[in-house]
Amino acid sequence: MILEHIGLNEINGSLVVLDGVKGASNEEMVELRLDNGTSRVGRIVKIDGERVVIQVFEGTNDLSLVNTRTRLTGRPMQIALSPEILGRVFDGLGRPIDGMGEVYPECYRDVNGEPINPVSRIYPRNYINTGISSIDALATLIRGQKLPIFSGSGMKHNELAVQIVRQASVGDDEDFAIVFAAMGVKNDVAEYFRSSFEEADVMDRVVMFLNLSNDPVIERILTPKCALTAAEYLAFEKNMNILVILTDMTSYCEALREFSSSKGEIPGRKGFPGYLYSDLAALYERAGIVKGKKGSVTQIPILTMPNDDITHPIPDLTGYITEGQIVLDRELDSKGIYPPVSVLPSLSRLMKDGIGAGYTRDDHNAVSTQLFASYAKVQDAKALASVIGEDELSESDKKLMEFGREFERRFINQGYDENRSIEQTLDLGWELLSMLDRSELDRVDDAMLDQHYRPQKS
Amino acid sequence: MAENNVIFGINGPVVTVQGPTSLRMKEMVHVGEQRLVGEVIGVTKAFTTIQVYEETTGLRPGEPVYSTGGPMSVTLGPGIITNIFDGIERPLSAIEQVSGAFISRGASVSPLDEEKKWDVTLVAKVGDRLKGGDIYATCPETPIITHKMMVPPEMSGEVVACAPNGQYRVNDTILKLRDDRGTVHELTLCQRWPIRQPRPVSERLPATRPLVTGQRVIDTMFPIAKGGAAAIPGGFGTGKTMTQHQLAKWCDADIIIYVGCGERGNEMTQALTEFSELIDPKSGRPLTDRTILIANTSNMPVAAREASIYTGITLAEYYRDMGYHTALMADSTSRWAEALREISGRLEEMPGDEGFPAYLPSRLSEFYERAGYVRTLNQQEGSISVIGAVSPQGSDFSEPVTQNTKRFTRCFWALDKSLAYERHYPAINWNTSYSEYIGDLSAWYAENVGENFMKYREEISALLVEENSLMEIVKLIGSDVLPDDQKLIIEIARVIRVGFLQQNAFHQDDTFVPMLKQMRMMEVILHLYHRCQKVVARQVPISKIIALGLFDKLVKMKYDIPNDRPELFDGYLREIDEKLAPFLK
Repeated sequence: MILEHIGLNEINGSLVVLDGVKGASNEEMVELRLDNGTSRVGRIVKIDGERVVIQVFEGTNDLSLVNTRTRLTGRPMQIALSPEILGRVFDGLGRPIDGMGEVYPECYRDVNGEPINPVSRIYPRNYINTGISSIDALATLIRGQKLPIFSGSGMKHNELAVQIVRQASVGDDEDFAIVFAAMGVKNDVAEYFRSSFEEADVMDRVVMFLNLSNDPVIERILTPKCALTAAEYLAFEKNMNILVILTDMTSYCEALREFSSSKGEIPGRKGFPGYLYSDLAALYERAGIVKGKKGSVTQIPILTMPNDDITHPIPDLTGYITEGQIVLDRELDSKGIYPPVSVLPSLSRLMKDGIGAGYTRDDHNAVSTQLFASYAKVQDAKALASVIGEDELSESDKKLMEFGREFERRFINQGYDENRSIEQTLDLGWELLSMLDRSELDRVDDAMLDQHYRPQKS
Repeated sequence: MAENNVIFGINGPVVTVQGPTSLRMKEMVHVGEQRLVGEVIGVTKAFTTIQVYEETTGLRPGEPVYSTGGPMSVTLGPGIITNIFDGIERPLSAIEQVSGAFISRGASVSPLDEEKKWDVTLVAKVGDRLKGGDIYATCPETPIITHKMMVPPEMSGEVVACAPNGQYRVNDTILKLRDDRGTVHELTLCQRWPIRQPRPVSERLPATRPLVTGQRVIDTMFPIAKGGAAAIPGGFGTGKTMTQHQLAKWCDADIIIYVGCGERGNEMTQALTEFSELIDPKSGRPLTDRTILIANTSNMPVAAREASIYTGITLAEYYRDMGYHTALMADSTSRWAEALREISGRLEEMPGDEGFPAYLPSRLSEFYERAGYVRTLNQQEGSISVIGAVSPQGSDFSEPVTQNTKRFTRCFWALDKSLAYERHYPAINWNTSYSEYIGDLSAWYAENVGENFMKYREEISALLVEENSLMEIVKLIGSDVLPDDQKLIIEIARVIRVGFLQQNAFHQDDTFVPMLKQMRMMEVILHLYHRCQKVVARQVPISKIIALGLFDKLVKMKYDIPNDRPELFDGYLREIDEKLAPFLK
């Protein structure tokens, strides 16, 4: 029996309150029909006896206390899935918007997902060659990893993401697909991604979920969940290797803050709800590889750090959940270095087990550790040079300065279409390290140095 | 109980029951048709408030709430070691069998394998008088750990029946005990204990022995005592988890309990695979044979995250009571504090600092106070060392969790971002870290490692302090202007930093370094320093000394000298003397 409730009791921001509802279940989806014939989707977020609080995804404009009829659907938020979703475009709630009709569903899945049992996971070890030196050598991306890009407004994070997708997918066979979720980004950005996917000729392997900046804000809360549900379905039921791009996580978090404050919750840092960590974790943790399944979910969330501040709650909490981060740097960006990867704070936690003999090359760990250590010293030398002038530096510090410049110009900097092999990247690393005195290379053992250290080259 | 308790309201993980009920504060309940596990956290005449340890999606008002009559408890018995549990002691491998790779709700599994038979030896006999904590039976739990069945602490009496030695399941009765009132208690291989209540001990003893970890910066510079508590605060990417893993692998406790509290799923998988592959050098058995993992990853329900810390420490206390030295690694206590904040927010309590509840400090102190070196009820010595990672928001150590943890731990290993950027691991900053245990432990070091150990340590740390203040000058005007004796300090401090404090977890020798090697390394470094001081006093330019290559050789000695051949250090001492001799003629 389907009961319709006429009217509402209260409207507050994106929330509506309804009294006298029997048999509602927590997180259940509801449909609100207006008397002008349109309908909206909502979700029950709080129950007090017969009083329920409903979050309306498309906003509460035009709603009054008398003009709506509310119907419970009896189930939590689900989306329809089938292999046909490849190549399709959906809105933030998983409804097709490309004019190609409804998806004929093979199954429905709850968008909230369920946590992967840690004992059922396989520890990710297979490295993904992105062809970008700064990532491959220093913050290696591993299949099944969640590696966000911390960027700022106006920096080239979208280009970087597209380059990763393009170069990581080339050469991969049939079982590769991309799930793209846009949250609150401008139409241009979504269009840039779409045309780039088309240029790379992968559009029929892409699923897009678009919630653009003029779309309803609260809908954004479900967009990544829909995308990840689709990704899990393709990975663990259709055995595909999925790369998920989530952009922009900052808009997602702001939508969550808006929802939380209209619900009257006690705010935590900068007004974000206290459960922001758990909420983000529920998204990011949906990456990985599961025993007995061939597929994998790799996540590259993109977030713009408000005011380039890495200690802002969004990048801060993200960094505590994800397995490393790629940080972009405004100074490098304005120097014209692409990709402007700030090497020192960038990190891949899964790197240590996915590199070395049998994965990349036996000297990979040595090169990367030494590059980090030497480049960290460059920063000290730079700081000193800014006080006393570069001419007054000691011989070894001058060499460091030179090394630093070359490292940024030749190693970090590379073309948008340049796809370097891991051998090229590591050899380049040795070439640059050979600019320094051998005694400076204190993170590498002698055998390795004998093999690769070639001072005459530079 | 005939009472009919039903759900009234639902708000995230918090569920309310209307009207006065007979549910008790902190009682464990089952919520809804799916029997989700929950705990009563508030009682008023109008409402009883329950926090649910599982996802509440799909719960409806009107569904029943079942009372269990007891507080949130764990089952203690053989089969805990080598296992991996969620925050409320449900074995994850059993959940996998029930619900597959994804954890579904209401999975009802028993904590211990009820079918497995254990090889039990009874040590009590009929007529014995036993009191709380006394051992009545033993069984080998893993090849290196003997499990001891103990009379529950509050019970005592006379043995009236006793099963013969043999094979028993955890719930088989093997002993009957008649107490003074004449009630007969049936004892099995296991017992229950409420997680929020510390298990009693006979007395607390002073902590005088270090927990040897094989990590130089910890053992030498900032040691922790067995029975001590330490905090590792650090922003993301500074190596908290790496340090915790290193300690779990190498520290000389008998039993390790690793609580992954609100952390990454892949990290727990890594711990799981790595610990089963690694062989403990002392016993020759896989590390899993002494390890208990508790995994409540960040996407698992938040309320169970709050409980996981207590579950972990209760298991630690149980093994301590058998006379073992246990170490609990909690990664990360900040996630636990945030779980408290989240629940507190749902209850609309008045927030304290940064939204954390006002009772945060008291909860933290209660937890850390459960660490200690004790004489158990059965007169053995056991200990719990607690090492808690702290993830400060925005890497700011002045936030409430770090500050309050600092008050209740005596050992503080501050992880430093700039060291981590240089890939200097462990990134423990020697200027801001401290250990209050040094005084308590110096007698042990003198007796077991060497008379000079503490002297060397003091000198090394004095050199580091001096370098720190010299670096202030260098940062302003460069190192060229320093006189040679100060340049020498900078050079020797570099050897200490890179050659001694930095340690490579992936190098087969360097990942664990015995105390004797640590001391001899300090000895060689200081020997070089003292000799060079004399040379510099004779106006020999320091560049000439550096050209000898001695400094670089010392930096690499951690790799060049195998752990089992400390006598090779004598060669280094000789070489230093010989090479510097020409300057001292």
